[in-house]
Amino acid sequence: MSLTTRRSRLAASALAAITAVGGLAACGNDDEPAAGEKPSKLVVETFGEFGYDELVKQYEKDTGIKIEMRKTAQLGEYRPKLVRYLATGKGAGDVVALEEGILNEFKSNPRNWVDLAPLVDDHSEDYLPWKWELGKAPDGRLMGLPTDVGSLAVCYRKDLFEAAGLPTDRDEVSALWPDWDSFLKTGRTYQEGSGGKALIDSITAVADASLFQQGDDLFYDKENNIIADTSPAVKAAWDTAVSMVDISAKAATWSPEWSAGFKQGSFAVTFCPSWMLGIVVENSGEENQGKWDVAAVPGGGGNWGGSWLAVPEQSSYHEEAAKLAEFLTNATSQVEAFKAKGPLPTHLEALQDEAFLSYTNEYFSDAPTGKIFGESVSKIEPIHLGPKHQAVKENAFGLALRAFENGQASEDEAWQQFTKDAQIQGAF
Amino acid sequence: MSHSTTVAPSTPAAPPPPSGGTHTRRRLSLARLDLTYSPYLYIAPFFLIFGIFGLYPMLRTAWMSLHDWDMIGDRTFIGLDNYTRLLADEYFWNALVNTFGIFALSTIPQLLLALFLANLLNRTLLRAKTFFRMAIFIPNVVSVAAVAIVFGMLYQREYGLVNWLLGFVGIDQIDWDGQTWSSWTAIASMVNWRWTGYNTLILLAGMQAIPRDLYEAAEIDGAGQWRQFWRITLPLLRPTFIFVVILATIGGMQLFTEPLLFANGNIIGGTQRDFQTLAMYMYEMGITNLNSAGYGAAVAWALFLIIGLMSLLNFVLVRRAAT
Repeated sequence: MSLTTRRSRLAASALAAITAVGGLAACGNDDEPAAGEKPSKLVVETFGEFGYDELVKQYEKDTGIKIEMRKTAQLGEYRPKLVRYLATGKGAGDVVALEEGILNEFKSNPRNWVDLAPLVDDHSEDYLPWKWELGKAPDGRLMGLPTDVGSLAVCYRKDLFEAAGLPTDRDEVSALWPDWDSFLKTGRTYQEGSGGKALIDSITAVADASLFQQGDDLFYDKENNIIADTSPAVKAAWDTAVSMVDISAKAATWSPEWSAGFKQGSFAVTFCPSWMLGIVVENSGEENQGKWDVAAVPGGGGNWGGSWLAVPEQSSYHEEAAKLAEFLTNATSQVEAFKAKGPLPTHLEALQDEAFLSYTNEYFSDAPTGKIFGESVSKIEPIHLGPKHQAVKENAFGLALRAFENGQASEDEAWQQFTKDAQIQGAF
Repeated sequence: MSHSTTVAPSTPAAPPPPSGGTHTRRRLSLARLDLTYSPYLYIAPFFLIFGIFGLYPMLRTAWMSLHDWDMIGDRTFIGLDNYTRLLADEYFWNALVNTFGIFALSTIPQLLLALFLANLLNRTLLRAKTFFRMAIFIPNVVSVAAVAIVFGMLYQREYGLVNWLLGFVGIDQIDWDGQTWSSWTAIASMVNWRWTGYNTLILLAGMQAIPRDLYEAAEIDGAGQWRQFWRITLPLLRPTFIFVVILATIGGMQLFTEPLLFANGNIIGGTQRDFQTLAMYMYEMGITNLNSAGYGAAVAWALFLIIGLMSLLNFVLVRRAAT
């Protein structure tokens, strides 16, 4: 036997061995438990902080089911993990928190998720209507129960406003901008009073805020066709954003210019979902405590972020997991979670709760953030987000606006870029 | 020709032992087994690991690239459609141009500088040689992420050091990540910072392998430093140089972390894909977008073929250099 044939035979058998390994790995877990069996343990999978630690202990005591909390700190690390669980068909928790962008994306494959409607009581009237609707998949199944909401307010620098001759009281400031036109006018006044400084951080932030106020269809129609180029809501948000280019510091959210801008005072206003307050504090530092305050957002309501609890099909205990999700999202639990870690409630009763409404934030000049965010969120119109809303918004809409803002493209060119990229990013 | 035939005659040649014949024979056949098969056993771990982590993913990627593959949903076999789509995809070509542009901007100055530095360090008269040789390698030890973050700060528009310095010579603020040329330059500077020292050391090693007597002879013949460099150092350094070029090519084609962090983690690479490299495009299609994993796999294979072609080109150059 020649060396070459022996070598190739060896290679062939090695290849066979490898494919066998691969084949084994591809087989999922088939260890379905017997029906009706009570679970010894349920796993709750979340990112960031949902404030469930105490609630879970209570649930353990009430039901005797052991609950394991599995937390991932960063949302950026959380998504790939979930994708891996779904792609391999194993590993996911029994109750899984899905952030807005992730939920919408996963909706295009709803079979991965349990329809919660038959497993829990009817809650369709209990939550903010738009939030409840967003929890449904295109095939009608109830994919997630609402947890928190980002809501939206404006964070503004009192000291810079004062220096520019603008009022500083939060109610007076809110009264400055009932709509976006008056907001732009305020920006011009600020510019004159401050020697040409910019009011807002970037026009993409305006676009994000304005987009959610439009209601109805955004980048997709109800059949999930991409309508980026014809959608009136998208065009309205685009026009609002584009009009603000003169009063913008051109510092895109999360860019180094943006982070540095908080200390440098290169902008006096930034749009604040409730979870952004912590980031404003982090970027501005202790030396600026008491200089920031919170006012209402132009145009009324708004939202940015927020999550749902879902049960993956691969979970062995659909019913018990659904019951746990129901418990964690009820009014009492939402208020408890808000007290513990601050996620804003979406349950209508929780939104009326005294503990929530009376909450103030020390860093932001003791602003009644609970009340401000609560009001903002109640004004949101029902909205339809398509499967790849997040990708279209960030990588087509946002980038095109930034290209325009930076002077890389004219408004027309930027619009062309957006509509073209929306088709690419939005395909599913 | 056969391996075993050279071994086989040794068995009958062995003198039959007075007692315990079967025992010895078994030992002999074991020895023969050992001789024929153990080499394979010794190299097996590499092939096993390469098979699991190298070959299998590659074949799997090839299989994926023939499908319309949703990471968490359906997959349909579509033959070579992904590759046809790739050829007509302007964002793919854009990424290819970006990759080669940044590659040229980083590799050419880098190797020239490395050559210059290596020649300096090779001087016999240089003091504190070891110190300089160590120092020049330090940037390579620093993690890519740290380098990219620090450079990202240097190239900030408003508060960056680079724009501040340029301000002194009357140059207006440059929006480094807002244009093609400036972003390529910024990213290339990160690559150069990390890899110049590394290449210097390899070139230096190559230079030190050149026999000293050649230089002595040249000196006796009256050749100056410059002439010695051109006539002796450079020609004899050619194999080392080509090795360095191959390494730089493989690294440059797979450039990912620097441009990604320069874009604050956005996989698109600038507002108009000004500096999205091929590796980033592959990641965007294959991993960021869950539903186009098959297309991402096709990009991965295209990248593999491009690197293969470039390596082949280098190989041909080596062959030509040798003859």
